[in-house]
Amino acid sequence: MASNAQARVRGVAFYTAATLLGLFVALPFFWMLSTSLKADGALIVIPIQWLPRNPTLDSYTQIFEIFPFGRTLLNSAYVAAATVVITVASCSMAAFAFAKLQFRGREPLFGVVLATLMIPQQVTIIPLFLVLRNLGLINTFTGLLAPSLFNGFAIFLMRQHMRTIPDDYLDAARIDGASLPRIYLSVVMPMSVTSVATIAVLTFMQAWNDYFWPLIVLTEERMMTLNVALSRLNGQFSTDYNTLMAGSLLSMLPIIALYIAAQRYFATGIRIGGIKG
Amino acid sequence: MRSSAPAKIRHLLLFLGPAMIGMVVFYITPFMTSLVISLTEWDGLRRIGIGSLPRISGFGNYREILASEELRRVLGNTLSFVVLYIPLIVVASLVVALLLERDRPGVVPLRVAFYLPVLTSWVAGAIIWRWVLSPEYGPVNAIIGGLGLPEPGWLQDRRWAMPAIVLASIWKDMGFFGVILLGGLQSISPAIYEAAEIDGASAGVRFWRITLPLLSPVLFFVLVIGLINSFQLFPQVMIMTENAGPQGATQVMVERIYTYAFRYYEMGYASALSWVLFVIIFVCTVIQLRMQRVWVHYGE
Repeated sequence: MASNAQARVRGVAFYTAATLLGLFVALPFFWMLSTSLKADGALIVIPIQWLPRNPTLDSYTQIFEIFPFGRTLLNSAYVAAATVVITVASCSMAAFAFAKLQFRGREPLFGVVLATLMIPQQVTIIPLFLVLRNLGLINTFTGLLAPSLFNGFAIFLMRQHMRTIPDDYLDAARIDGASLPRIYLSVVMPMSVTSVATIAVLTFMQAWNDYFWPLIVLTEERMMTLNVALSRLNGQFSTDYNTLMAGSLLSMLPIIALYIAAQRYFATGIRIGGIKG
Repeated sequence: MRSSAPAKIRHLLLFLGPAMIGMVVFYITPFMTSLVISLTEWDGLRRIGIGSLPRISGFGNYREILASEELRRVLGNTLSFVVLYIPLIVVASLVVALLLERDRPGVVPLRVAFYLPVLTSWVAGAIIWRWVLSPEYGPVNAIIGGLGLPEPGWLQDRRWAMPAIVLASIWKDMGFFGVILLGGLQSISPAIYEAAEIDGASAGVRFWRITLPLLSPVLFFVLVIGLINSFQLFPQVMIMTENAGPQGATQVMVERIYTYAFRYYEMGYASALSWVLFVIIFVCTVIQLRMQRVWVHYGE
């Protein structure tokens, strides 16, 4: 119905808004990339160099020299992967029980699971730290990873999905003599791929980007994850921006790769329950 | 599904055991314990031999917190974050959603671009923003100065430190809320728009009378989560400002909890702070849930 002129105005408005917001989003990334390619002397010059005049990759080698950065990359990868395995295994089993097993107190117990979603991390973190310290688990990955046994949101999401699987499939497998663990592994899990993959992807991203918990648990350099290491570098080398930008950029790459590979699950995850995104 | 009683118990232990043990040990017990700790004075260091045992102090910590100048400053800082962040994030993410909804050329790279900050960790994002907002050597002030406007001191200026944190937070969260609102936009039936167009409703009327009301449940979600996030600022403050900014301008609740617990070793006081935070978040959420009856539109 809109006239041509109106449509053109709207087109212009669209591209103007898109450009302005796009620039706002892109500027920090551009500046990170540009800075990471600068030599030390090019950082504090006026007027600023939008593009490095003599680009160099020195910052990318330097970050491995001033800090065991390779080690922290491996630590982060290990922590994120282990968190995914633990959360998916433990929570998918619980989700299966809540979705498909009959037992007394099932609904109230599930209510408790949902209620834990309201507990902010800051409330539990002090006692958790004290307990881990008394058990000698500070600066261990065991201590860092232990709480990932439970994730109320993951249980909720996978249970919702598993409930939609018709009981007929489970009964058929049962008549064929399958045990309950077998049914879970061979019938229910394959039919829940979407929600399980969504949880896996979101959990990986959360673990990779987590800051508060690893900051408290990991205080030794050799144990640190990327984020803790970066924040430490940010304090110690607060003006070596080229090195800091190189480190930040490196820390983003794995997540971007994961996003490209599993875009579909990111979208579902954010859409179904942005709460934990 | 049914099975014999002992087998059933075995199965329940197998399937529910790990997660339920995790829930009790790492969530419920610490949750309750922190309430107990908040009623004590304790440095929490006892085990390594130099500390003291907890000393029961009743509601002493809470009285001290509620009477403190610091709480007022912290809540004031949070409020100055909220009044900027909430309107800006609603508008920005709504614009993002409207931009991404159109089927125009260039929308796919735009979608990826808006999502990049969501994928970036707050630590990396905050380090980048600290540098972007550098008063002398940052590109933001280079642009502002180039336009002939006065250049703010951002993180080094008491008045600009919190707006700087807001700016970085909008950048970080816009894509996340934008994608959620996009989901809401896409669930509005095109038939409603067509009907309105036939009745002669202009684009503006369609936006205010159809899009916004039908989007209100999702907008409500954005507001609730946005407000909860506002009370839980942490990495951006820790990394963008040293010692919580000039004259404590960026002191906020979680930063205080971290500082008292893990720098001053005042576990009792920090736990009490965390409960004050919990109650504030809880009350705000309940108020919002009440208010949604007034403005959120459910159903067709």
